[in-house]
This record gives sequence, structure tokens and C-alpha cells, in this order.
Amino acid sequence: MGLESFLGDSIITTTIDEVVKWGRKNSLWPMPFGTACCAIEYMSTVSSVFDVSRFGAEVVRFSPRQSDLIIVAGTVSFKQAPILKTIYDQMPEPKWVISMGACASSGGFYDNYCTVQGIDEIIPVDVYIAGCPPRPEAVIDAIIKIQEAIEKQGSEIKEKKGPKMVIGNDEALKERAATK
Amino acid sequence: MNEENESITVNKLKNNFSELALSFEKKTDYDEVTVPGEHIFSILEFLKNEPDLAYNFLMDLGVVDYLKYPLKRPERFEVIYNLYSLDKKHRVIIKAPVNGKKSFIESVSSLWSSANWAEREAFDMYGITFKNHPNLRRILNHHEFVGHPLRKDYPIRKRQSLSANDSLMDEMELRLKEKGLK
Repeated sequence: MGLESFLGDSIITTTIDEVVKWGRKNSLWPMPFGTACCAIEYMSTVSSVFDVSRFGAEVVRFSPRQSDLIIVAGTVSFKQAPILKTIYDQMPEPKWVISMGACASSGGFYDNYCTVQGIDEIIPVDVYIAGCPPRPEAVIDAIIKIQEAIEKQGSEIKEKKGPKMVIGNDEALKERAATK
Repeated sequence: MNEENESITVNKLKNNFSELALSFEKKTDYDEVTVPGEHIFSILEFLKNEPDLAYNFLMDLGVVDYLKYPLKRPERFEVIYNLYSLDKKHRVIIKAPVNGKKSFIESVSSLWSSANWAEREAFDMYGITFKNHPNLRRILNHHEFVGHPLRKDYPIRKRQSLSANDSLMDEMELRLKEKGLK
């Protein structure tokens, strides 16, 4: 037996990597960038019915400086694009991005002069969620995917960008995630 | 149309602007009047200030671009004023054809405050210039935007990125001055 047999039950030994990862994984503080109906669905995710606090991500921060996960929920116009970029830049490392719904992921049905055709043209996205709007279960699925990604990496300040993930069976979105 | 069925609005306009070429069209519960664009201010001022008409509410101000319209129109644009009288409970639609090349018309923001933003939107989306407008600049599109997206010759998928945030300071200063706070 190791050191624990001398120290008793009240002390466990581990590595700093494991502790940091465990802490990050279970206390993702989301910053909602809600611009459309997806934000309503995100509110529902936080509510007691779906209860995202079961995964430690219920402390919604409306300041990017206090958050490490930005959930872009809604349509982003070109007029808003610099705002989104500023907010993303203000978040401390390590940080993760969820692109929630069709509009944030690809512009959705707003194929026109004023809408950004997917936020990955401005900021790097970790998880895309398909749907218009996606179900709260899909948002929770995305948060779990990010937790798994945190699990795989070390305690570095800057997170390693893994392969982009897609929630939902959307071929076009999968292709986009593979190429962007 | 015989005289008895004529609404008071049509009657008054015919009497007071007999020298202008106005055309009238009767709809179910309102009238549509097409007026020459250069006389828009005096006509709307009359509609607002005449006690029997008292059009005190500019409900909407819109523009139509007839560039690709199948029927021939006198001018490319038409500015449409949707007026309602809260006291007399009647409404009228005023249409003013606007030349596509010069495309300017007099502002009515001194008559109805709601015209201020409505005219800015019409300027932003269609490029109609409103003379004597207090702050005629873009309201929906960003300041680096080139062109007018609701014109029929603007390519719908032509996207333009914004490199720096829009400043709202000049607008705020104007509001402060309007309210006498600065």
C-alpha cells in the first residue's frame, strides 16, 4: 500500500492535474450569449425541470470575466459580431464555446445580408448543437461532452483544442465541424 | 364616386389642394391618396393641423421599391404614410412617389416625433434622403455598411463585416440635449 495506509481515511493522495481537472469539470461557469429563442430554451435547461446544476454548470455569469464556458444561443448579426468577439476575448483561459442551435452554428434560415453564417467565422467552437431550437437535453449533452474533453487534457492554462463535436444527427453540421 | 360617399378627408383635400394632381382610391374603411412628393410636407401638415381631420398619429412610414414591378410606375420609389386620428377615429394612407435618381423628400419629423426613427429606417434600408431631418443616419445596419439592403438591386447575400463597434455616443448626446440635460 502507498502513503494512504499511513495517513488514514481522512486524506487522499492524487496529482495536481487530477484535482484541477476535477474542479474545472464540475464547475463550468457559463456565460449565456442569448440573442434569440435558443436563449429561452437555455433558460429552460437551467430551470429545475432539467436542472443543469446536476452537472455543476448552473452558476450563470453575466460577466465574461467570471466564466469559462460561453453558450452562444441565437442569431448573430454582423452588427453583433464585434460584441461577441470582445466578450470571448474577455473570458479568462481556459475557455470553451458551445454553439447552440442552427442560427449560431450556420446562420440557420437567415441566409441574408445581415446574418453571420455561423459563429465559427468569429470564434473557435468546441461543440455544435443541432436543432431549432435544440432540446434542453441536447444542451446538457453538450456540457457533458465538454466535461469529457476536460477529462482528457491536463491542467494547462490554455486548453488543447480537440476535435469539434456535434450534438444531434445533422450531416451538414458534422461536415462543417470537420472542415472548420 | 359620387359626392355623398366622399369622406371628409377626401373632401377637404380636394378643396384645399385643388391645384395639385391628387388621385384618390376608396378602400373599405379608409382612403388612399397619391400626392406629388414635393408637396408632401404641406399636405401632411394640413392633415395634422386641420381641426376636422386631426391626424395626430403617424402609425407607420414605409417605402416600396418598384424597380422590378411588372406594371409601369411613374417613379421608382413610393413613400407611404399611414395616418390615424385618435380623436376622429379615421385613417388615411398617403402615397408619395419619389424619384429614383435624386430620391429625396421632405422630413415630417417636426410634425410627428415617430417619423424621426421611421425616416431613419427608410433612409437606411432604401436610401431615401429626408430633407430637414435632425439626425439622418443609419439605424439598423452598422455604420460601415455600404448600400441599401432593401433596394431590389441589392444582392440579398452580399454580406459586409463590421470591424469596430458602433458608437452610440452622438445619439445619446442628442437625446440629452433634447431633454435639456446638457
